[in-house]
Amino acid sequence: MRYFLAIFAMVVVAVVAVLGFRGTHFRKPPLYIIPDMEFQPKLRPQTANSFFSNGRSSQLPVPGSIARSTTLQSIHGPVLAFENVPVNTGLISGTTNYVEHNQLRVTAELLKRGQQRFNISCAPCHGALADGNGITRKIGAMAVVANLHDKRIVEMTDGELFFIVTHGRNLMGAYGPTVAVPDRWAIIAYLRALQLARLGVEEDLPEPMRATLAQ
Amino acid sequence: MSAIFPKWTNRLPLMVIIGGLLVGGALVAGAWYYLTPKYSRVGYKPIQPVAFSHNTHVGQLGLDCRYCHHDVEKSWYSNVPSSATCMNCHNQVLKDDPRLALIRKSAETGEPVPWVQVHRVPDYVYFNHSVHVNRGVSCVECHGRIDQMEEVYHDQPLSMTFCLDCHRHPETKLRPPDKITDLGWQPDSPEKQREFGLKALENWKVESLQNCSACHR
Repeated sequence: MRYFLAIFAMVVVAVVAVLGFRGTHFRKPPLYIIPDMEFQPKLRPQTANSFFSNGRSSQLPVPGSIARSTTLQSIHGPVLAFENVPVNTGLISGTTNYVEHNQLRVTAELLKRGQQRFNISCAPCHGALADGNGITRKIGAMAVVANLHDKRIVEMTDGELFFIVTHGRNLMGAYGPTVAVPDRWAIIAYLRALQLARLGVEEDLPEPMRATLAQ
Repeated sequence: MSAIFPKWTNRLPLMVIIGGLLVGGALVAGAWYYLTPKYSRVGYKPIQPVAFSHNTHVGQLGLDCRYCHHDVEKSWYSNVPSSATCMNCHNQVLKDDPRLALIRKSAETGEPVPWVQVHRVPDYVYFNHSVHVNRGVSCVECHGRIDQMEEVYHDQPLSMTFCLDCHRHPETKLRPPDKITDLGWQPDSPEKQREFGLKALENWKVESLQNCSACHR
């Protein structure tokens, strides 16, 4: 019995020594002792897969393919994502001229959405106040960040702003692939609100609010 | 008449019982402790091809999760950002740094960066990111304090009981929609959390399904 207990204790100590404790960090891929159907021969997004010749499960769309989509309600009625209309391009159809105004109906809801998206996608560089003092400027990582209150930007049409956000300009990258069309218009609407906040004069405020301003 | 069996054999049944209990107990305890994702998955920290630090980008610079994982609110899976997203800043920031060579090459050629997946549910589980983040379930509930991780590791077991714990008591986890990506957010008190959670459950029509086909199809 004594030998048995000694061997038992040694085995327990050995197992714990080899396997360790829960929650310790490890580099090797997890073991699947009972894999069940954890791995099935189906495509998962953004993983390696031998089905396609380039070894990826997520393929780029074939040129000319059209994304399945629902309609977007613009100020000129419902449009689809592939249509060559101002709400999708920022350009007057058939020309290279920018449209003057926001192509979505500007509502409080749109501004709220714009504020949220601006703070996610734009504020890191341009700053939450759009004055170009985002975190990248503060840590001195970027030399040039546009101050969106500059006269040249305030005077741009909404269509040009949309075009810049979509395709990028100078050192700024394209945000078309990462920010959806309605979100881009929402961001522009919110940016106009930020600009107006700087340009406005006291007389713009309704009478009851002017009193609170003085305080 | 001499004894056929020596005297110690009188104790043999007792020894067998004790031995059996010890071995059996150890096997059960070992299986309970080691054969679950709490041991087999939690703590998985693979070496990534590029030493991207979430701590630097989110914890210190304050980027929102959705700057990079921009489709998490629209898609069932949370996208790994394209290298073009990295280049939005890194075309200027650390633009010649050798640590980012793979990203620059990827952005140039379109060859994907071979990131190693850390969090993975089995192929028979159909987890939907968008439905969770749009209904007040924060990233932190499943992924832990990613904003404090130098290298991402598996923080929660993501086992079936882990899912069900929350699905049975969703009011303990729901938070205001604008705090979804604020990983450090804490409710004022458990009572406030419960009060808010119950209200959100009703107002947002959180179904918190517990039937099999909610996740298994």
